[in-house]
Amino acid sequence: MTAMISVEGLERSFGDHDVLRGVDLRVDRGSIHALLGSNGAGKTTLVRILATLLPADGGSATVAGHDVAAAADDVRRSISLTGQYAAVDEVLTGRENLVLVARLRRLPDPRGLAAALLARFSLTDAGDRAVSTYSGGMRRRLDIAMSLVGDPPVIFLDEPTTGLDPQARIEVWDAVRELAARGTTVLLTTQYLEEAEQLADRIAVLHRGRIIAEGTLGELKALMPPTEVRMVEHQPSLEEVFLALVGTPTPDTEEKDS
Amino acid sequence: MSTLFVDNTTALLGRSLRHVTRSVDTVITTTIMPIAMLLLFVYVFGGAIDLGSGAGVGSYVDYLLPGILLITIGSGVAYTAFRLFLDVKGGIVERFRSMPVARTAVLWAHVLTSLVANAISLAMVVAVALLMGFRSSAGPLAWLGVVGILAMFTLALTWVAVIAGLLASTPDGASAFSYPIIFLPFVSSAFVPTDSMPGPVASFAEHQPVTAIVDAIRALLEGGTVGGDLGVALAWCVGILVVAYAVATRLFRRTAA
Ligand SMILES: Nc1ncnc2c1ncn2[C@@H]1O[C@H](COP(=O)(O)OP(=O)(O)OP(=O)(O)O)[C@@H](O)[C@H]1O
Ligand SMILES: [Mg+2]
Repeated sequence: MTAMISVEGLERSFGDHDVLRGVDLRVDRGSIHALLGSNGAGKTTLVRILATLLPADGGSATVAGHDVAAAADDVRRSISLTGQYAAVDEVLTGRENLVLVARLRRLPDPRGLAAALLARFSLTDAGDRAVSTYSGGMRRRLDIAMSLVGDPPVIFLDEPTTGLDPQARIEVWDAVRELAARGTTVLLTTQYLEEAEQLADRIAVLHRGRIIAEGTLGELKALMPPTEVRMVEHQPSLEEVFLALVGTPTPDTEEKDS
Repeated sequence: MSTLFVDNTTALLGRSLRHVTRSVDTVITTTIMPIAMLLLFVYVFGGAIDLGSGAGVGSYVDYLLPGILLITIGSGVAYTAFRLFLDVKGGIVERFRSMPVARTAVLWAHVLTSLVANAISLAMVVAVALLMGFRSSAGPLAWLGVVGILAMFTLALTWVAVIAGLLASTPDGASAFSYPIIFLPFVSSAFVPTDSMPGPVASFAEHQPVTAIVDAIRALLEGGTVGGDLGVALAWCVGILVVAYAVATRLFRRTAA
C-alpha cells in the first residue's frame, strides 16, 4: 500500500497556544481515514495545513507524493477540500456553482460534469435554484459535489455531517463510501464516534496536539481490556474507547466558532 | 500573463458579474446618495453658492458633476469591499485557494466587476445630470480623457476597497473605509472654489487628490485646456493604485483567511 498522505512530526501553534505538537499520520491510497478529536483538538488546523492553506511551524507533510510547503501547486492539483463550513456561492444556482469549479479546474465540458454531479447527489430538481434557497443538507451535498469535480485523488472532508439531520447524514455517508469505492483517498474529521465507526477503514485520535491512538476499529477496541463486571457479550464501543483514551470530560476542551 | 490567470479570472469574473446582475438594486442604491447630493446642491444650496469671478458661464450642475462622479465611485467601491468580505468569511475564497487557481484571480475578478458596476452607476448619474441641464462642449477625445480618469480612479479606489474587504471583521467595517473617500470631495474644489476656504483648509484642499482630479475632469468637460491638472490627477491615481495593489496582494497572500 502506498501512502497518499504522510505526516511526520507536524507542529503548529497560534501565539503561545501549541495546537499541533508533533503529529504523525499515514493514510493509504483508496482508504477512508477518520480523524477523531474534541472541539479545539486541532483537526481543522491539520486539514488546512494539508490543503496548503496554512503553513506548519515544524515537521513535514506530503500529499500524493508532493510536499505541502515546497510543492503547494502540485498538492492543489491532487486534492479537494470540503471545509467545516459549507463554502458555496449563495447567489449562484447549484448548477452554476459546479460549472464554476469545473471551469476553474479548466476541465472539458463543465456543463456535462455539473449535470452528472447534480444527478449523483439528488440535486437535479434544485439545480437551477439559487443556493440561498437550499436546506442545510442540500448545501452540504452541493459542497461535497463541488469537491468531486475533476475527480481529485485525495479528498479532505472537515466534519462533513455536523449540523445535518440523520437522513442527510446517511446520504453523505453513502457519498463518501462511493468515493472510496472508486479509489479516492478520504481523510475526514469528525466529532461523531459513530461516523468513524460507520465509515472509516482506520481511525486516528487527535488529542493534546498528538495522535494518541491509531488503528482499525478492532485494533482500537482491543486497547480496552474488557471489563469483567459487565455482561459477557459486552464489547466496548468506540465511544468508550475514545473517552478512556482522552479522559472524561476533557477540561481543556475549547470552544471556538469561526 | 499566463493563460491560467486569464482563464481563472474570466471564470470568476462571470461569477461576480452574476452577483451584480442578480442584485441590480445594489447598483441603484449606490447612485441614490450621489444623485440626492446633486439635487440638493443644485436646487437647494446652488443659489447661495458663489463660484467667484469668471463663473456664471454654465450652470452649477456643470460645476458640480465631476465631484459627484467621484462620490459615486467612492460609494460604489464600498460594495466591492462588502462582497469580498462576504467571500472571505463565507469560506469560498478558502475553497479557491485550495484549488489550482491563480493566486490573485479572485481579487482581479472583484476589481473588474467593480469597473463594470461603477460604469453603470456613473452613466446613471450623468443621465440625471443631463436631465437637470448639464451640458458639455467636450469633444470625443476629451470625453475619452474623462472616462480614462474615472476608470483609473475607480481602479485605484477598488484596490483600496480590496484591502478593506480583506482586513474587515464585520460587514459594516468593510464598507466604512469609503466614508472618508465620500467626505474628501467636500474639502476640495468639488462644491466650491478652494479660494473661498480659510487658509489652512484651502491649502489642504489644493493638495489633495480630489481637487486635482475634479479640476482635470471639469477642464475636459468645459472643452478648455487641461494644463497640469491632468498630470497631477493621473499621478495621484497611479500612485494610489500601485500602493493599494501592492498592499492588497501581499495581504491576500499572507492572510490564511
Ligand atoms: N487562525 C487562528 N488563530 C488563532 N487560533 C486559532 C486559529 N485557528 C485555530 N486556532 C485555535 O487552535 C485550536 C484548534 O483549532 P481547530 O479549529 O484546528 O480545532 P478543531 O479540532 O477543528 O475544532 P472543532 O471541532 O471545533 O472544529 C483552537 O483552540 C483554536 O482556537
Ligand atoms: Mg474544526
